[in-house]
Amino acid sequence: MPTTRRQFLSLAGGVAAAGTIPIVTLRPLHATPAMLNTAIRNVVGEAPIRTGRVKLDIPPLVENGNTVPMTVSVASPMTADDHVKSIHVFNEKNPQPNIGNFYFGPSTGRAQVATRIRLADTQKVVAITRLSDDTFWQVAADVVVTLAACTEEMN
Amino acid sequence: MAALINVPAKAKRGDVIEIRTLTSHIMETGFRHTTDGKLVPRDIITSFTCRYNGAEIFRADLFPAIAANPYLSFFTVARESGKFEFEWIGDNGYSSTASASIIVE
Repeated sequence: MPTTRRQFLSLAGGVAAAGTIPIVTLRPLHATPAMLNTAIRNVVGEAPIRTGRVKLDIPPLVENGNTVPMTVSVASPMTADDHVKSIHVFNEKNPQPNIGNFYFGPSTGRAQVATRIRLADTQKVVAITRLSDDTFWQVAADVVVTLAACTEEMN
Repeated sequence: MAALINVPAKAKRGDVIEIRTLTSHIMETGFRHTTDGKLVPRDIITSFTCRYNGAEIFRADLFPAIAANPYLSFFTVARESGKFEFEWIGDNGYSSTASASIIVE
């Protein structure tokens, strides 16, 4: 007896239902702006943070939050007396507020670092730098994410 | 572990040179679940260090928000001929190293 279309589909449907397809679910817990502030204070302490000096290059609109190119730079002569000690990058709405800490010295020559990051949602990214005179400077950028990180299927 | 290192082979003394590194690593965040509710355990690189003839010139602390196969680009002043050593350290005792040499004229 030839297989009818109806029989074939019901068979195929049964196979698909039986095979477990693992799908990763997004954790509801996200870093809140309060967690962002705590993370920043853990690095900065009570020191005042001024706006400026830091440049954060990140696309304003990204399609895939799994890999977002980001470049942070600080205009600094990078001499023994006047250099950038570190750059710290934070986010607002990933499960964790930290993205990365980057440490430099006068021998770095240019205070610039580039990497690729994950963004779980449309949110604000904050970069803070610590100069050799222990002053802190920050800049923030808003990023719109159309496909969030962490939602892809696991194989 | 596979790593891609990009360092200029030659440089003039005093030049600021760019160093680019890429290593293969899953960077599992520890925030993902499977459908049966199991948490996928965290497995990330937590630290990266670059030494130039033994002296540390750049260091980074990495978090789960760094994309898989961590890419890092940074700079240094070409002072003398020698060797750059790179080290990645991560969860579950992960450790990987690479090196590159440079001739400074």
